[in-house]
Amino acid sequence: MSVHVESVWMYVLVFLCLMVLTATTVGVAFVDLGAFNTLVALTIAVIKMLLVVTFFMHVRHSTALTKVFIAAGFLWLLLLIAFTLTDVGTRSIPQQPEGWGSATTVAPAPK
Amino acid sequence: MTDASAAHSEHPPYLAHHFTDIEQQNESGTLGMWLFLLTEIMFFGGLFAMYAVYRLKFFEAFREGSHRLNVTFGALNTAVLIGSSLTMALAVRAAQLSRRKAIIGFIVLTMILGIAFIGIKLNFEWSADYHEHLIPWMGFHVESPNAPGVRLFFCFYFFMTGLHALHMVIGLGIMCVLLRMAAKGRFDEGYFAPVEVTGLYWHFVDIVWIFLFPLLYLIGGRY
Repeated sequence: MSVHVESVWMYVLVFLCLMVLTATTVGVAFVDLGAFNTLVALTIAVIKMLLVVTFFMHVRHSTALTKVFIAAGFLWLLLLIAFTLTDVGTRSIPQQPEGWGSATTVAPAPK
Repeated sequence: MTDASAAHSEHPPYLAHHFTDIEQQNESGTLGMWLFLLTEIMFFGGLFAMYAVYRLKFFEAFREGSHRLNVTFGALNTAVLIGSSLTMALAVRAAQLSRRKAIIGFIVLTMILGIAFIGIKLNFEWSADYHEHLIPWMGFHVESPNAPGVRLFFCFYFFMTGLHALHMVIGLGIMCVLLRMAAKGRFDEGYFAPVEVTGLYWHFVDIVWIFLFPLLYLIGGRY
């Protein structure tokens, strides 16, 4: 790779951004936002990850092939988590609606 | 003179014979390291997926377990680890500029911060968990209707933070090797791939913690 030497200030700036985001995520956790607490915490974590990957790990100067590898990795991670959750979240057995067919074949209503 | 020896005389000792030039060698090394890190992402990803499933299933119990963790030490450790990522990035920069003393200095700083992280975890967090009977299989006991779910949360907590700490210990071991190589003057602007890929590994470990911290300490709210 052609070596890109970054300035010390860029690293320090990224570090300070990460620190501010850490303080923000801790602060927000003490405010009741309902379901949005999780969303905000994960959004901040993703932003922090992108900062580390882009600047500390030099991905902005990486080759296109490396970038494709990384994107593919995160795509598979997304598939892993998304498909696991859709599976687990939809595992109830559908009940047939009441009043369809004769009374003897109607499944008992779920508790 | 044979062709082979002619070829050897033309390239520097750190350039492996099967690469055209140092640029190609470095790109291959970086790509290979990323490939390894992707397997690590999937490895930790399985744990994160499992955590998500059980958190949705036992929401209240996980929230209760999360509230028993010390968010101050968690946040402090996040700061320590991000700081160690900064010093690691600066160590790589020092290697790119052939500043040999700075390489050693920044790697030592990174190791100190890494050891501080593990020290805080062991001394202030895990030991407190032990005294509060929060470690599964080691006298786990909480007064709560959600006790089984809280126990499950702590299984996840110790497994995930334990694996993360293990990765840090491995990283510290690799840095010992780097220090030895740096002391011998092996790194300069022509050859610093070992520092670079160790940096990638260390930043990856940092990223895992960036997700573990909110997931274990914060999600569900602390209010």
